[in-house]
Amino acid sequence: MVHSGINVLFEGSNFARLMAGLWTSIWIAAISLVIGLALGTIFGILRTLPNKFVRFILRLYLEFFRIVPTIVLLYLVYYILPRTFHVNWPATWMAVLAFALWVAAEFSDIVRGAIESVPKSQRESGLALGLSKIQLFRYVLLPQAVKLELPATINLATRVIKTTSLLMVISIMEVINVGQQIIEANNQQYPTGVFWVYGLIFIFYFVLDYPLSAWAKKLTKER
Amino acid sequence: MEDEILKVEHLNKFYDNWQALHDINFSLKKGEVLTLLGPSGSGKSTLLRTLNGLEDYKDGTIYFQENKIDPTPKNWQLLRQKIGMVFQSYELFPNLTVIENVLLAPVKVQKRNENEVRKEVEDLLARVGLSYYLNAYPRELSGGQKQRVAIVRALAMKPEVMLLDEITASLDPEMVRGIEEIVEKLSKQDHMTMIIVTHQMNFAERIADEVLFLENGKILEDTPGAEFFKKPQTKRAKEFLESMDF
Repeated sequence: MVHSGINVLFEGSNFARLMAGLWTSIWIAAISLVIGLALGTIFGILRTLPNKFVRFILRLYLEFFRIVPTIVLLYLVYYILPRTFHVNWPATWMAVLAFALWVAAEFSDIVRGAIESVPKSQRESGLALGLSKIQLFRYVLLPQAVKLELPATINLATRVIKTTSLLMVISIMEVINVGQQIIEANNQQYPTGVFWVYGLIFIFYFVLDYPLSAWAKKLTKER
Repeated sequence: MEDEILKVEHLNKFYDNWQALHDINFSLKKGEVLTLLGPSGSGKSTLLRTLNGLEDYKDGTIYFQENKIDPTPKNWQLLRQKIGMVFQSYELFPNLTVIENVLLAPVKVQKRNENEVRKEVEDLLARVGLSYYLNAYPRELSGGQKQRVAIVRALAMKPEVMLLDEITASLDPEMVRGIEEIVEKLSKQDHMTMIIVTHQMNFAERIADEVLFLENGKILEDTPGAEFFKKPQTKRAKEFLESMDF
């Protein structure tokens, strides 16, 4: 009997392993986003303040994370950081660290741009009411900036989810790594298994990213 | 003078090397309405913004309630609670409803009890015919309604002085009258001290106790309102009134 390739997905615990790998990708992306967006908001606000030194340092930080490929960042945090600073965290937390710092850098620029896009007259209107600078950010600038930055933030989230596929280079058992192991283990029994495994992984990523992408597109259109 | 609320002495304002205000001097008594008139670019709005700390100034002195203002950001933040300002383009916060816009400063800046303030501002909004719009967002209001909210928002702080910067300039002619009536009531009934920049000469004539006529950042004429519109002292002011079909 000729085996159907699709059965590779249900052989033993393969499907459960793929789902576990997907879950690993999701939680690393989610925690990185939560930390990165919080840090990025603070950095973005600081980049709108008049202090040139702080702005320069944060600009350097942004450029570093923009220029260095994510895969190099992962190698840096996984191989260099532990040796240099004797940090002995699990690979998943190293990945969260790299991703969170990357998200913070990218998001700081989104926040800066959005805050600077709020009309100057809104800032003056808030000041004329006696609001302090913190109150001005809290009640006037940030709520308006959030609306402006939402499409770019959603796009950043989709990029983070997609980029978790690189985590296999630091041996994290995320969905691509699990898929690759399943393909290699079942190659002889299911020669067409690669098609079904990567097909399923494609569907996983599509289900995660497409609604976000469509939402971002809708928000951009509304603006 | 006991009832002098605002006094400006030898005020000069520069943008880089360009002087926007030249040796400005005037004083304002409690309950008085001072109208700033002059052609576009004469420095009226710059003067008004300087009195609210939105523009810095190179030299000169501003006194508020006989106290010399030390123009630090912290001091201006405190003074702005007593010197309310309304802008030409309303500048309501689009992320907040009408009532949230109006409550923001009294509750967050002045730390007043929200329930007490809410009662007061609901009365104020009723006075300007906006009782049904408490929970509306600015985008749902007409220009005239937005400007009424902006006036109430400034009044909610219980200011000693109101600065009104061309508050009818962005409105349709039929909405202008409604806003002018509100401002006239504020003057006649509430005796609110105000400095008004306007291009509406009929309105200025009705409301002005004193007129400052400016050109190129200089005060050319400081005349009681009743006199200015009947018999301006300078040729330039006379030409200006004629150009405004007055």
